[in-house]
Amino acid sequence: MRLTGLQKILWAAAGLALLGYGALLLVAEPTPAPLAEAPFRPNFTLPDADGRLRSSADFAGKHTLVFFGFTNCPDVCPTTLAEVAQVMDDLGDQAGQVQPLFISVDPERDRRLGLSEFTTAFHPSILGLAGDAAQTRAAADSFRIHFSREDDAAAPDGYSMSHSPALYLIGPEGDWLRQFTYGTPAPEILADLQSRL
Amino acid sequence: MKPTILSAFFALTAFPALACESFTVGDLTIDHAWSRATIGADRPGVFYVEITNAGASDDALIGIATPAAGMPMLHETTVTDGVASMPHAMSVPVPAGQTVQLAPGGYHGMLMGLTIALKEGDSFPATLTFQSAGDVTINVEVLSLRAEGPDCAHAGQ
Ligand SMILES: [Cu+2]
Repeated sequence: MRLTGLQKILWAAAGLALLGYGALLLVAEPTPAPLAEAPFRPNFTLPDADGRLRSSADFAGKHTLVFFGFTNCPDVCPTTLAEVAQVMDDLGDQAGQVQPLFISVDPERDRRLGLSEFTTAFHPSILGLAGDAAQTRAAADSFRIHFSREDDAAAPDGYSMSHSPALYLIGPEGDWLRQFTYGTPAPEILADLQSRL
Repeated sequence: MKPTILSAFFALTAFPALACESFTVGDLTIDHAWSRATIGADRPGVFYVEITNAGASDDALIGIATPAAGMPMLHETTVTDGVASMPHAMSVPVPAGQTVQLAPGGYHGMLMGLTIALKEGDSFPATLTFQSAGDVTINVEVLSLRAEGPDCAHAGQ
């Protein structure tokens, strides 16, 4: 095949673009946090502590605050749930417009240990959801977050979970609005919510 | 930790108490030992503390023991590429002239195999082992499930 001058330039440009894209992928690949791009709508269908299926559509019209965690987590998870609890208290009359969700990344053990006694100990408004492995993976994928089981002989039951520790805010139409990184103080979360309600 | 965050934490707990006791061993001062209430004894508890090294040589916290837990360990919560995990920490460095915190989201004592549910207002002893300074036994106050730290007048120095 003989290429004209223009074709050569086009092929070269395409090659460069491909290289550039590859480099972007390499750079972007290890970053699991949702990127500031076009809005997306995470969705999930997961059973609550009573086994009733709850899906993202059920919360239409409300802002939802979503945290992925596990109840055997004494450090990161209580800190964030305590902040969520504080935010819910401080929202006062507006609390009804916000639904906090705790999605278990360790559903089998969390069910056994008691999901709702854990969430309600922080705040009665927090709804705990724990599905099977496939439902849990699908929910995490839809939020574009990561979790995995880490084998650890020293941990209870021989494993621990690693997970994205941020808190995600979903709007009343189901759009992903933003994340609050781990450690965001409750007053900051509260102020952000109040500006939207 | 930022002062603004500390003040927000302190607003949550009302009374200065046990967690405000100080303990010393050699050049080390141990302050603000606290734990968080647990729901039952089936899930691990947590241990936080502040250690100040007024000496001229570095030290390190290398172990924790307590009758409250069958298997206490030092852990460090780390966030790598947006994913949090809490690997075992062989030791927590306590450099000369510095204050080190075991605090939410960082180093913590992981109290596995709780012998009893930890209730708000309870306290339990814990023995910390330092590489140079040796052992010291302190009291740990159990704060509420929602606590983010003790409320002490001299805290956050
Ligand atoms: Cu831990």
